[in-house]
Amino acid sequence: MTVLNVALVIFLILAALAVERTKDLLGAVVVFSAFSLMMSVLWLILKTPDVALTEAAIGAGVTCILFIAVISRTERYEK
Amino acid sequence: MNNLIVSTITRMVVPFIQLYGIYIILHGHISPGGGFSGGALIGTSLILYTLVFGVKKAEKKFSHRVSEIAESGGILLYIAVGLIGMIVAGSFLTNLGAGFPKGTPGELISAGMIPILMIGIGIKVASTMITLFHTLIEEEDV
Repeated sequence: MTVLNVALVIFLILAALAVERTKDLLGAVVVFSAFSLMMSVLWLILKTPDVALTEAAIGAGVTCILFIAVISRTERYEK
Repeated sequence: MNNLIVSTITRMVVPFIQLYGIYIILHGHISPGGGFSGGALIGTSLILYTLVFGVKKAEKKFSHRVSEIAESGGILLYIAVGLIGMIVAGSFLTNLGAGFPKGTPGELISAGMIPILMIGIGIKVASTMITLFHTLIEEEDV
């Protein structure tokens, strides 16, 4: 279980760095959604299924859709 | 969007998502979950419907008027139940001291007024989600 935990935390750090580095905002939103999904699995390992459920619905679902709606209203590439 | 596979699968899957949301809301006091998580699931299913069938068709199913009534009704239900506790027993949201039935611990009908509060929160969160998305999408190009 410790190996899975460490792998998830390393993935979280890499995903957070990638979101900050990416110039393509649509790609950044997709990486952020993956970050949220892995965070949800990590909450489940930490024995809070309540927060994991909310994170999977809000973080990976609704936030991603709202960001994509905003991008479709504005520009895709950061200047 | 005119895609046969996407529209057929959506029509089949949306009722099950909503049923799961209702299950999570109703079992909020005896298992993980609650009003916020279940309401978010129901709101997500309505967002999926809007994405596939367009805003016009979704407005027919869940218009702004219905959304206003659901949003205000959910929070008013919460406040009304809280005020009952305040009037009967002295402080806001008093549960068993105000005479709400206790039920059998661990069963579905238990914990006094908590299930009623969960239903109120669920309605409020679901309509808030769908209102946010509709307001972002339906605005005409400036």
